[in-house]
Amino acid sequence: MNVPHAFSRLIPARLRPSPRSGDVFERHNPPGLDLSHNTVLYLEDITVSFDGFRALNKLTLYVEAGELRCIIGPNGAGKTTMMDVITGKTRPDSGTAWFGQTIDLLGMSEPQIAQAGIGRKFQKPTVFEQHTVFQNLELAMAGDKSVWKMLFAKLSPAQLLRIDEVLETIGLKEHRGALAGVLSHGQKQWLEIGMLLMQEPQLLLVDEPVAGMTPQETERTAELLLSLAGKHSVVVVEHDMDFVRSIARQVTVLHEGSVLAEGSIDEVQNDPRVVEVYLGEPRC
Amino acid sequence: MKGPDVETNMQLRRNQQRRYRGRFALLCRPLLLFMLWLGGAVAWAQAPAGNEFDTAVASLPTASYMDKEALAGQIARSGHPQAQALLQGWLDGKLYADASGHIWLEGEGGYVDPASGSAGKVEADDLEKIGTNNRLRKGLKGMLAQFALASPTASARIRAVREMRRELDESAVAALQARLQQETDAAVTNEIELALALAELQAGEPSQRLAAIASLDGDRSAEVYNSLSQMASGDEADADAQVRAAALAAVRSIESWRSFYQGVETLLFGLSLGSVLVLAAIGLAITFGVMGVINMAHGELIMLGAYTAYVMQLLLPNHIGLALLLSIPVAFIVSGLAGVAIERGIVRHLYGRPLETLLATFGLSLVLQQLVRSVFSPLNRSVQTPGFLSGSLQFNDLLSVTWIRLYIVLFMLIVFAALWLTLNKTSLGLKVRAVSQNRRMATAMGIATSRVDAMTFGLGSGIAGIAGVALSQLTNVGPNLGQAYIIDSFMVVVFGGVGNLWGTLIGGMALGVTNKLLEPWVGAVMAKILVLVFIILFIQRRKQGLFPQKGRAAEGH
Amino acid sequence: MTFMERLLAWRNERGAFGFYAVLLATAVLVPLLNLAVPEGSPLHMSTYTVTLVGKYMSYAILAVAVDLIWGYCGILSLGHSAFFALGGYAMGMYLMRQIGTRGVYGNAELPDFMVFLNWSELPWYWQGFDMFWFAAIMVLLAPGLLAYVFGWLAFRSRVTGVYLSIITQALTYALLLAFFRNEMGFGGNNGLTDFKEILGFDLKAPGTRMALFLATALALGVAFAAGRMITGSRLGRVVQAVRDAESRTRFIGYRVESYKLWLFVFSAMLAGVAGALYVPQVGIINPGEFSPINSIEVVIWVAVGGRGTLYGAVLGAVVVNYAKTWFTTVLPDIWLYALGTLFVVVTLFLPQGLVGLISKLKLRRGAA
Repeated sequence: MNVPHAFSRLIPARLRPSPRSGDVFERHNPPGLDLSHNTVLYLEDITVSFDGFRALNKLTLYVEAGELRCIIGPNGAGKTTMMDVITGKTRPDSGTAWFGQTIDLLGMSEPQIAQAGIGRKFQKPTVFEQHTVFQNLELAMAGDKSVWKMLFAKLSPAQLLRIDEVLETIGLKEHRGALAGVLSHGQKQWLEIGMLLMQEPQLLLVDEPVAGMTPQETERTAELLLSLAGKHSVVVVEHDMDFVRSIARQVTVLHEGSVLAEGSIDEVQNDPRVVEVYLGEPRC
Repeated sequence: MKGPDVETNMQLRRNQQRRYRGRFALLCRPLLLFMLWLGGAVAWAQAPAGNEFDTAVASLPTASYMDKEALAGQIARSGHPQAQALLQGWLDGKLYADASGHIWLEGEGGYVDPASGSAGKVEADDLEKIGTNNRLRKGLKGMLAQFALASPTASARIRAVREMRRELDESAVAALQARLQQETDAAVTNEIELALALAELQAGEPSQRLAAIASLDGDRSAEVYNSLSQMASGDEADADAQVRAAALAAVRSIESWRSFYQGVETLLFGLSLGSVLVLAAIGLAITFGVMGVINMAHGELIMLGAYTAYVMQLLLPNHIGLALLLSIPVAFIVSGLAGVAIERGIVRHLYGRPLETLLATFGLSLVLQQLVRSVFSPLNRSVQTPGFLSGSLQFNDLLSVTWIRLYIVLFMLIVFAALWLTLNKTSLGLKVRAVSQNRRMATAMGIATSRVDAMTFGLGSGIAGIAGVALSQLTNVGPNLGQAYIIDSFMVVVFGGVGNLWGTLIGGMALGVTNKLLEPWVGAVMAKILVLVFIILFIQRRKQGLFPQKGRAAEGH
Repeated sequence: MTFMERLLAWRNERGAFGFYAVLLATAVLVPLLNLAVPEGSPLHMSTYTVTLVGKYMSYAILAVAVDLIWGYCGILSLGHSAFFALGGYAMGMYLMRQIGTRGVYGNAELPDFMVFLNWSELPWYWQGFDMFWFAAIMVLLAPGLLAYVFGWLAFRSRVTGVYLSIITQALTYALLLAFFRNEMGFGGNNGLTDFKEILGFDLKAPGTRMALFLATALALGVAFAAGRMITGSRLGRVVQAVRDAESRTRFIGYRVESYKLWLFVFSAMLAGVAGALYVPQVGIINPGEFSPINSIEVVIWVAVGGRGTLYGAVLGAVVVNYAKTWFTTVLPDIWLYALGTLFVVVTLFLPQGLVGLISKLKLRRGAA
C-alpha cells in the first residue's frame, strides 16, 4: 500500500483516494458494489478470539479490484478464520470489513454476502454429493434465489449455455449427469471451482485449490485463476509455493493472526522475518 | 407425564381440602353446637334415670349419628371404669352390636362385654359394627384426650391438650382447668395455659379476650387463627371494637407469617421437584451431554430402576427398608448392563447419525415398556415406603415438610457428587472426557475408545437406574413411568447446557422451582406448559443452554 | 447417464406411476365393491373397511408431509402429530357446531361439553366455525401459523438436528397438556365427538362415507402431485442441498432458513389437511392425537417405506398401519414389540426402507 501506516489509522481506507484510480478493467459491477476507489475488500483491525486464543489479531488487509492476491502463512496463522470473517461465518470481536465502498460485511448473513458477490471455495471440497454435476452448477448459478422463484424456475437457453460453458472449462462435460458423490477428489475440486464460476462473484476466495491435484491439473488451475483475475478479484490461500510463484503478483504473509509481510513473491521470500517464521518448514 | 402430574394433582387436592376444611369449620361451628344440644336432649328423654353408662350403651345400636355423639358424651361423663376402653374401641372400629342389641367390644382374645369385661360367645357373622363418621370421630378423640390428660407421661399429656384444643367445649375447659391445678410439668402447664387462653379468646369477656390475644401472641395454630379471624371479621356480635382491632392485628401478623412459610414451602417443593428432574436428567447429561448420543430409552432405564426396587422388596418382604437401600446398587447394575447392551447392540452402529439413533432407541423404549407390561402387568405396582422415609418434619404450626422431599434433595446431591468425582477424579472419567473431546486423538493415545463408549453409556444408564429407585418412592411405578420423564429430562439437559453437569444441576433446580412458583398462580398443568414454552423460546435465544460448552468441540454436538 | 442416476430416475418415475395407478384403482374399486356389490356377496366391502382404507389414506397424506420435511430437507420434526391434530380440531369444531340442537342438552349455540361446564357463551375462537369455508381455511391456517411462528424462531436461530427434534417434541407435549385442560374450551379429555352431519349430509350414511373416502383419495393424489412438483423443482433441489450440506448452501447465496420455513409450513398445512380428513371418518378427535409418540410413529412409517421417495412414504404409511390393525385385533400384546423392533431393524438394516430393499433385489435379479 502506498498510504503510510500512521495515516491509514486516521482515515478509513475506503474514503482515501485510490492509488490506481486510472486503471480500467473490464468488469460488471453488481448493484450496490461501489468500486470507485478501486479497492474491493477492506479488512481493518479485525480481531477474532476463541476462548482467549487470538486467531486474528488486528488484521488489516486491502484487496484491489481485479487483483490476484496470494495469502500464505504457517498453520494457525489465521488464513481460514479470515475467510470465515469475510464470508460471514464468524463474527469478529472488533474491527471492520467492507466490500467496496458501501457494503458493510459485518452486518450481513452468509447468503447475503454470497449474493452481494463474494464466492468461496472451501479447503475441503464440499459439493452436493446427492446431486448431479449439472445440478450442482445449476444450484450455484447467479440470480434471484428466493423461495418462490425457485419453485417455478426454468432454465433459460442462455443459462443452459452458460452451464455448458463452465462444464467445458472445468473439464466435466462427460460427467454432467453423474452424481457429484462419485467424482474423484480432483474432479470435486474442479466442480467446486465451477460452482464458484457460476456464482459470477466479484471477489473469489479460494482456499487451497490445488491440494490433491496432479501437476497437469495444477497448471490448468493456475491458468484458470490467472484468466479470472482482472475481471474478478481473486484471493488464493495456498501452501504450494511453486503454485504461488506461478500465479502471484502480490503475496501477503500472515503470521499469528496479523500481516507479517506484503509484496512480490521475491520480496516476501527474502524478508528475514518471513524466513524466520517459515524456518524448518521444508516446503518453502 | 403421569408421574409429576399425579404428584401435583395430589398437592392441589390437599390444598383444596385444607381450604375447604377451614371454611367448613367456620360455618358449622354454631350449627354443631346446636345439634349437640339437640342430641343430648333426645338422649336424655330416652334415658330419664338409671345407670348412665348402661343406658347409653344400650341405646347405641339404634341411635342416629346425631344421637351417638350425645351418647358418647354420656358414657365419657359416667365415670365408669370401662368408659375409656369402650370409647377407644369405638374409635378404632371394634365396637359391635349383635342381633339382640347387645354391645360387644372386640378385644385381643375375642369379644367381651364392655361393661363387665367378661368374654361372651358370639359369632362374628352376627355382629354389626357401631359406625362412626368424621364428626363423631372428632368428638371421640376429644373425649379420649380428656382421659389421656391423666396419662403419666408428659408428652402424652401434651398431645392430649393439643387434641382438646380443636374443640374447646365446657367440659374440656373444666378438665383442663382441673388438670392445671395438679400439673407439675412446665411444658404441659404452658400448653394448658395456651389452650385455656384460646378458650377465653373464644368465649371470654372482652378484657379476658384482650389478655388472651396478648398471651397467644406467637401461637400460629389453625385454631387460634380461626378464632381470631372470626373475631376480627366481626361475626360475633359481642366483640367490641378494641378486641376486634387487637384480633385484626394478630390475624395480620399470623397471615404475614403464613405467606412467608407458604413461600418457604413452595421453595422446598420446588427444590424437591428440581431434584427429581436433576436425578432423572443427570444420566442423560452423560449419554447425551458428554457422548452426544440421543437415547430415547433413557426413561425406560429409569423405569427399570424403579422396577428393581419393586422386585427387591418382593424378595425381601420383611426388610422393606433394607431392600430399598440394596436396590440402589442393584438398580445401577441392572440399568447399567441394559445400557451397555443398548450401546453395543444399537447405538454403536449409529454413531454420527443422531436422528437414526433417536428413532432406534425410541423403538427400544417401546419394546422395554411392553416387556414390563408382559412381565409385571400393565397396572401400576406399589413400592412401599420404609418407616425412616415416611412422616414429616414439623418445623412449626405453619410449616411441615415430608421427610421424603428433604431426602430426595439430599440423595440427588450425593448422586451428583459421586458422578462429578467419577468424571473428574478417576481414570475412567479422564478417558471419558478425552474421548468426548477428541476421539481420534484419544485413540492415538492408546485409549480403547469403543470400550470407553460402552462404559460411559453404562454409567449414564446406571445413574438412570438409581434415579428410578428414588422415583419409586415418589410416584407410581408403571410401564409409563419412563415416558413421563423423558421429555423433562431432555429439557433439563438442553436448558442447562449440553455437556455440562453443573448446567444440568442448576437448570433442573431452576426449572423445578419455577414450576412450583408458577403453580399457585396458574395451576399445575399450565405451569408445566409455561415452563415448556419458556424453554422452547430460551433455546432459540441461547442454543447452547445456560452454561455453554466452550471451544470448537461444542460444535460437534 | 450413469447407473446410479438411471436407478434413481427409474425409481422415481416407476414409483410415481405405480402410485397413481394404485390410487386410481382404489378410488374405482372401493366404491364398486362397497355400493354396487350386494351385501351378501363375498366380494362386498363393508363400510367399516372403506373407512379403514380412508383412514390409511389420510395417514398417507401425513406421511407425505413428514417425508417432505424429513426425507427431503433432513428436518426430523416430532411435531407433525400436533399439526395433524390441529387440522383435525378445526374440522372437529365445524362438525361440533353442525350438531346444533341435536346434542344432549339441545343448545343451538353451545356444544354439549360447554353446557356441561356451565359456560354461558361461545368463546371467541369458536366463532365462525359454523361455516364450512371458514373451518376449511382454519384447517390450513392453524397448523400453518403455528409452524410459521415456531419455524421462524427455530430456523432463524439455526436450531438444527436433534435439538430441533427435541424442541418440536416439547412443543407437541405442551399442546397435549394444554388440550387436556377443560378451560381451553376444546372438550378437554374427551375431545370432540358425537358428530352428526357434514355439509348437511348424515355422517353415518354410506353415501357420505364414500364421499369422504373419495375426497381423501383425491387429497392424497393432489398432495402427492404437489409433493412431486416441489421435489422436482429447483426449490426441491435446493432443499435437498440444505439436507446434505447446509452451510455450503448458505455460501452459494441461499437463505436456508427461508427455504426450511417455507417447506415446514407447507408440510404442516398438509398434515392439517390429513387431520381434517381423518376426523369425520373416525368420528372423534381428542388430545391423545397430540401425543409425541404419534409423531414418531409417522416418522417410522416414512422410514419403513423409504424416505426421500414420496411413494415410499405412502407405502410405509399403509403397510405399517395395516400391520397395526392386524396386530391389534389378532395379537394385541405383540404389537408394541413389533413396532419397536421395526424401528430398530429399519434404522440399522434398511436405511432406504422397503423401496430401497425392493430396488436392491430387482437390481440383483437384473444382474444375475
